[in-house]
Amino acid sequence: MTSQDTLDKPVEELESVVIRLAGDSGDGMQLTGGQFTRTTALFGNDISTLPDFPAEIRAPAGSLPGVSSFQLNFSSHDIFTPGDAPNVLVAMNPAALKVHLDDLEDGGILVVNTDAFSKTNLHKAGYTNNPLGDGTLSKYRAFKVPITSLNAKALDGLDMTQRQTDRSKNFWALGLLYWLYNRPLEASLRFLEERFKESNPTVYEANKRALRAGYNYGDTTEIFTTAYRVRKAHLPDGTYRNMTGAEATAMGFVTGARLHRKSIFYTAYPITPASEVLHEIVHYKHFGVKTFQAEDEIAAVSAAIGASFGGNLGLTCTSGPGVALKSEAINLAHMVELPLVIADIQRAGPSTGMPTKTEQGDLLQCMFGRNSDSACAIIAPATPGDCFYMAIETFRLAVKFMTPVFFLSDGYLGNGAEPWRVPSASDLERYGVVHPTDPDDFAAYRRDPETLARPWAVPGTPGLEHRIGGLEKADITGNVSYDPRNHELMTKLRNEKIERIANDIPLQEVYGDPEGKLLVLSWGSTYGAVISAVDKLREQGESVSHAHLRYLNPLPKNLEDILQRFDTVLIPELNLGQLRLLIRARFLIDAVGFPKVQGLPFKVSEIIEKCEELLG
Amino acid sequence: MSEATNGKVNSAAAVLTRKDFTSDQEVRWCPGCGDYSILAQTQKVMPDLGVPREKIVFVSGIGCSSRFPYYMQTYGFHTIHGRAPAIATGLKASRPDLMVWVITGDGDALSIGGNHILHVLRRNVDVKIVLFNNRIYGLTKGQYSPTSELGKKVKSAPMGVPDAPLSPLSVAIGAEATFVARTVDTDTKHLVATLERAAAHKGTAFVEVYQNCNIYNDRAFAYMTERSVRDDRTLYLQHGEPMRFGKEHQRGIRLRGLDPEVVTIGEDGISEEDLLRHDEHRPEGTLAYLLSRLDYPEFPVPVGVLRDVQRPTYDGLLEEQEAQAQQRHGTGDLDALFNQGDTWVVG
Ligand SMILES: Cc1ncc(C[n+]2csc(CCOP(=O)(O)OP(=O)(O)O)c2C)c(N)n1
Ligand code: SF4
Ligand SMILES: [Mg+2]
Repeated sequence: MTSQDTLDKPVEELESVVIRLAGDSGDGMQLTGGQFTRTTALFGNDISTLPDFPAEIRAPAGSLPGVSSFQLNFSSHDIFTPGDAPNVLVAMNPAALKVHLDDLEDGGILVVNTDAFSKTNLHKAGYTNNPLGDGTLSKYRAFKVPITSLNAKALDGLDMTQRQTDRSKNFWALGLLYWLYNRPLEASLRFLEERFKESNPTVYEANKRALRAGYNYGDTTEIFTTAYRVRKAHLPDGTYRNMTGAEATAMGFVTGARLHRKSIFYTAYPITPASEVLHEIVHYKHFGVKTFQAEDEIAAVSAAIGASFGGNLGLTCTSGPGVALKSEAINLAHMVELPLVIADIQRAGPSTGMPTKTEQGDLLQCMFGRNSDSACAIIAPATPGDCFYMAIETFRLAVKFMTPVFFLSDGYLGNGAEPWRVPSASDLERYGVVHPTDPDDFAAYRRDPETLARPWAVPGTPGLEHRIGGLEKADITGNVSYDPRNHELMTKLRNEKIERIANDIPLQEVYGDPEGKLLVLSWGSTYGAVISAVDKLREQGESVSHAHLRYLNPLPKNLEDILQRFDTVLIPELNLGQLRLLIRARFLIDAVGFPKVQGLPFKVSEIIEKCEELLG
Repeated sequence: MSEATNGKVNSAAAVLTRKDFTSDQEVRWCPGCGDYSILAQTQKVMPDLGVPREKIVFVSGIGCSSRFPYYMQTYGFHTIHGRAPAIATGLKASRPDLMVWVITGDGDALSIGGNHILHVLRRNVDVKIVLFNNRIYGLTKGQYSPTSELGKKVKSAPMGVPDAPLSPLSVAIGAEATFVARTVDTDTKHLVATLERAAAHKGTAFVEVYQNCNIYNDRAFAYMTERSVRDDRTLYLQHGEPMRFGKEHQRGIRLRGLDPEVVTIGEDGISEEDLLRHDEHRPEGTLAYLLSRLDYPEFPVPVGVLRDVQRPTYDGLLEEQEAQAQQRHGTGDLDALFNQGDTWVVG
């Protein structure tokens, strides 16, 4: 029944589709989105996703703030973003319709659950007229489906209350989408079996029935005249899996530790959206990962520093407000020159801001948010899958240069997903870590002449007993020193060490021509939107190139040279212009900013428009 | 990691002396400061612990007291204000083979670091905390601390301290500490014995040391340390023994209802049988808490071990979890990790 050949309705080929599922936060939209993603990834499409949930876990049912949504872009070719305007909107109640309808493209497909359009729900959503009947939907291909009652009918005879029955309606809607986009049911059926078959057989049966009923509804009713097909994407050969940024981050850290033959001490105080990484990494204890849920962020970073002193990899993960609390301890790590990784999964601030929304607002905090001259290395992953490789890279730099390193991700990257080509462990580089053991040749602050890193002597080594601390230390011996010239020397050495990381990272690459009218310079999670926009513009013959920074401090050595070769440099950022400030200060280049601070990622169209404006 | 905990090993290590634990750094406390005595006694205790020197780490916060690690010829980490318990937690939890000491002050531990003290104690991380209580901020030149007496006139409160002090021992017991003790800088024998007991405890040991800051809070404890009054104003706690004190041991502590009272043996027909008997090992902290409330002038000041009970340590539990996970899933295979869940093949 799930085979595409049994379809007797016409099937239309599409290149890519953007679907948005929206409903009450209790309607299970995230789960539905996750299921559709999994199935679609397994089917072989390229995908990119954007979950969006309310900050309040239990916002009033049916209210506008209670709307939760999940957007998924899947395609037969490479895609880099969850898409701008959805082609398809599924609205499970009036509030969801109200919040999301404006985004739906003209002529787009709209599936509404008519059962939810009661007087109370309309009122809660602020509708005075019922939009199902007043022409509001005339611009769209609207399919009005009584999902709640059709679902209830399918579950008839099960020993469940109406409330329990209604919980399955997301699976009913999922079944309908599977039919509409010609997806097999197997992956979701397997999921239900694993999740519920033993623990709750009734729920298992209910969801299974709902899924099938939704699918059959598409198959048998007359209202959908066409089903759609999106062919498999032409991804490079290999084994793939679907990967969220949070999963990739956790896995990357575990891998990075293994490649160094080290154990991780992972510390965190719960904070959105960083906790997703914690929830992943706790499952990897058998890899020698110890996790510490601390009493606050200060304790978390402190404990990580303690672990690093002991010769393990101290890693602390948080979001912007947590970084603020950790500043003093990060500077201790800078001063005692121990490896430390601080993962900042940025969210919209300042203060508590909009915790579930994304932003790139912490760049300057990571750059400068400490007392005195105290540079720290900063690197930023570009895509969910890239989080894996950059997590490994953070450890590499922290250990090699004996320094704190920021892993600057954000909520959009952490929650987003894409297909990830599974590497082979044997292809990954191994890193040797040297701990000194010879007491005759030991000085706690004698530096490696190339990297300026000091030796990582760990407690337990006979004869190397020494003391470190936050007080200024004498060059070489590390004894406490108030000597004025020594302080200046040590300050310079600590900061020069960070500069020297530039010798150890890849040169900056440019996508497109190496010179020309316009260079778009981006960093972090904006990669997808920017590269998509630059691609489109180049197809139109515009002189636009793209440079995407994954290393923010230090910057790649050839960056200045690249920037000089373009008439204009445009820096789109999800903040008021933080990278732009750094670039202008550093290179005296009058880069143009393109800030967006709405808690949302860039749309491809926004970048295109801005570029076109500059290209004249 | 080796199976040894607290760094203890069975091999006959070379015999070390106090000198072997003295670093080459010049000690910089004010002459006459009580910290000297604590340092000397600690250096004296170290060789007898049966722990190789390289396995011992002293972690401190910030304050005069927190300079301590620089003077110990062991591994040492002088960290930031108040955070030593958290740093020590990360160190001990990731390196259970080490013996970790935390040196802190009344401000460091109970003001800026109050949160961390609470949690290291409830977690029962196997670290030894020594709190130098001089009832003042020494390093920053004499502001009042969370243990300064109400109404005392100090630099930052010329009209008298307006905030009520707390008792470090009561806080520790409230935070589920498994080992709680008090000793005094000038009573070197008692200090040595108490440090030895702390070292032997498996779990967090919390030791408050009354320490004289002769510059900013001189004679803060003279009311009980002066030779002439010491015996009458100090209650030396001994496990299993009735609580007696005074030069002739003629006085004692009796419980009336929920309230303790001072009685004299032989008066009103009171005998030793009527006195409270000390029991360090009571599972509930009630008795220890009651003792932590006794203070001059109504009562003699208790010194010694108030509480010593056993409970699984945090570092031990983490080890167990890791071992369990490895039993279940092996020691972690990267390729298996990469390929977990649904995968598909292209090409
Ligand atoms: C973040 C921070 N705030 C304030 C200080 C200043 N400071 C250093 S030590 C100290 C108080 C120390 O008092 P205590 O812990 O009782 O130690 P003592 O000097 O009395 O041994 C203060 C406030 C600091 N070092 N760091
Ligand atoms: S100020 Fe007080 S506590 Fe600090 S060293 Fe001097 S006497 Fe000791
Ligand atoms: Mg003090």
